[in-house]
Amino acid sequence: MPAFALQVFDDQGVPLNLDKPPQRIVSLLPSLTESVCALSQCQRLVGVDEYSNFPASVRQLPGVGSGLVPSIEAVVALKPDLVLLAGSSRAGQRLQSLGIKVLALEPKTHADLQRVLKTLGDVLGLPPSTAVQLWQGIDAQLNDVVTSLSPNARGSRVYVEVGRGPYAAGESSFIGQTLARIGVRNIVPAALGPFPQLNPEFVLRADPDLLIVSSRSAEGLVLYPGWASMRAIRAKRVCVLSPEKADIVVRPGPRLAEGARLMAQCLEKHSR
Amino acid sequence: MTSGTDPASRYAKPGRWLALALLLLSVILLLLGMGVGSTGWDSLALLQRDPSAWQIVLEIRLPRSVGAWLAGALLGLAGALAQGLFRNPLADPYLLGSASGASLGVALAMALWGVSPLATQWLALMGLSGAAFAGALLAVLLTLLLAQGVQQTLRLLLAGVVVGVVLGAVSSLVLLLVPGIMQAMQSFMLGSTSFLAWPSCILMASVVFLCGLLAWLMSPLLDALALGEATAQSLGLPLPALRAGLVVVLALATGTAVAHTGLVAFVGLAAPHLVRSLVKTTPARLIGLASLCGAVLLQAADLLARSLMAPRELPVGVLTAVLGGVYLLWLMHGQSARRRGSGA
Repeated sequence: MPAFALQVFDDQGVPLNLDKPPQRIVSLLPSLTESVCALSQCQRLVGVDEYSNFPASVRQLPGVGSGLVPSIEAVVALKPDLVLLAGSSRAGQRLQSLGIKVLALEPKTHADLQRVLKTLGDVLGLPPSTAVQLWQGIDAQLNDVVTSLSPNARGSRVYVEVGRGPYAAGESSFIGQTLARIGVRNIVPAALGPFPQLNPEFVLRADPDLLIVSSRSAEGLVLYPGWASMRAIRAKRVCVLSPEKADIVVRPGPRLAEGARLMAQCLEKHSR
Repeated sequence: MTSGTDPASRYAKPGRWLALALLLLSVILLLLGMGVGSTGWDSLALLQRDPSAWQIVLEIRLPRSVGAWLAGALLGLAGALAQGLFRNPLADPYLLGSASGASLGVALAMALWGVSPLATQWLALMGLSGAAFAGALLAVLLTLLLAQGVQQTLRLLLAGVVVGVVLGAVSSLVLLLVPGIMQAMQSFMLGSTSFLAWPSCILMASVVFLCGLLAWLMSPLLDALALGEATAQSLGLPLPALRAGLVVVLALATGTAVAHTGLVAFVGLAAPHLVRSLVKTTPARLIGLASLCGAVLLQAADLLARSLMAPRELPVGVLTAVLGGVYLLWLMHGQSARRRGSGA
């Protein structure tokens, strides 16, 4: 029988023991902020990192700087009983040494997201069915997107650029998983890793049917040498996602199905 | 400058005044440091009543200020040593490859984190500071190996540059293979004082004490070297042993500073120059003064880093470069104007 009321495990399998579900939470990762709110516990957030911008209500919360290098003092001043952050944030150790409970979760795949939602549900003291239902809802929406996609769009070969470099979303990333789920082929094979930096020549050679790029990197899209002659570019089959829409697509959070829908809309628009 | 006194005391007096002024400045900055932060002066006012204000002032702001001071002192000391040892005003503490070694250590640690349970266990034990320190020291060892010892200054310099470039390229490769660590890596490369805690301060304080003592004991070499290699030899000093000793001190000071604050730019290069432009001094005295100057510079930069865009943290290395660089330029400009004015 454990001495604590609550025990959850972080990404590294390290247990976190809590006497009671936390009521004052600081989240340092946008996808975790969104997840807490999707579990209808937005009111427990007392502070967020500067990139957490959804739902709109979290923008009113005190900011604590960037998630990787937050202002430790600003976090402590909020007197949180739990800080949610990415495993790659260096703030974790420092906050722990100040006696603050820290939970490191960094969803990177669909399976991760399902697990993270369950962990968050547990730590927030919600009945296990809450997280399960949330995931089932996301899953059902994903299915809707899949069934609504026209046969024309299915089977297209796409290239998704997440950053100027070009950094692409590969098959092994969660964006790649979403594409696979809705029946679209990705020109970046899983072997290259989740978000590899590609040689522009590779994309030219792969000759995708459609390009999806975030507007942050779209400014210089045609500047990659040789791309002007690419079939998709000549036919203007390029979807440029606004920053808000790009956030939805690139964040492994509860708006996963919405991101899938955005990509599906782009496919429909250009498959006619 | 008074005439007729012997050279040693002629240099000692303005140096003493500068040291006093820098110490005073440190104390003022330390007091300011207790009040400055993202939550402002409130925390100081609430000190008696609010335990979290107590924690903010005593466990976050104070160790940051003290830690920045200590890291700056280490860099200033290392900078003065490097410039004296290599008799080159462009020498800086990162010259022997320690900076790129430390980056590689950190990049590898972050890339291997979570890859295998055994590696994660080891890394958790060592921490990023440990990885940076190990990387810095290994890089210096590699430089020494390539230079076949410390006796040929030019060879040592060249080996340091080569090791720096090669290890830098390897860390870029690691970053390319594991792009997920890029942002975290950037915060290390730009230097950060935001995670300094008391244990790091105690460790750095002991290293400051040890390196300061060793540098002071071996400083006659620097005075002798300032007169030229041949003269130094003719003075009968144990040149090889002293030089090796100073390289060890240089590596230890730099490695410790880098491990706790990342690659803080410019402090090591600028601190000795700032001192030289303020007072005339000997290479041996320069060590102490440059340490104090580096300490004040980093301490001031840390204050700005936490307050300028609060609650966002600015990278402290950016501020040291701006602060130190602008001040140094201003001093140089003033000097040349004075020289023109006096008709020289």
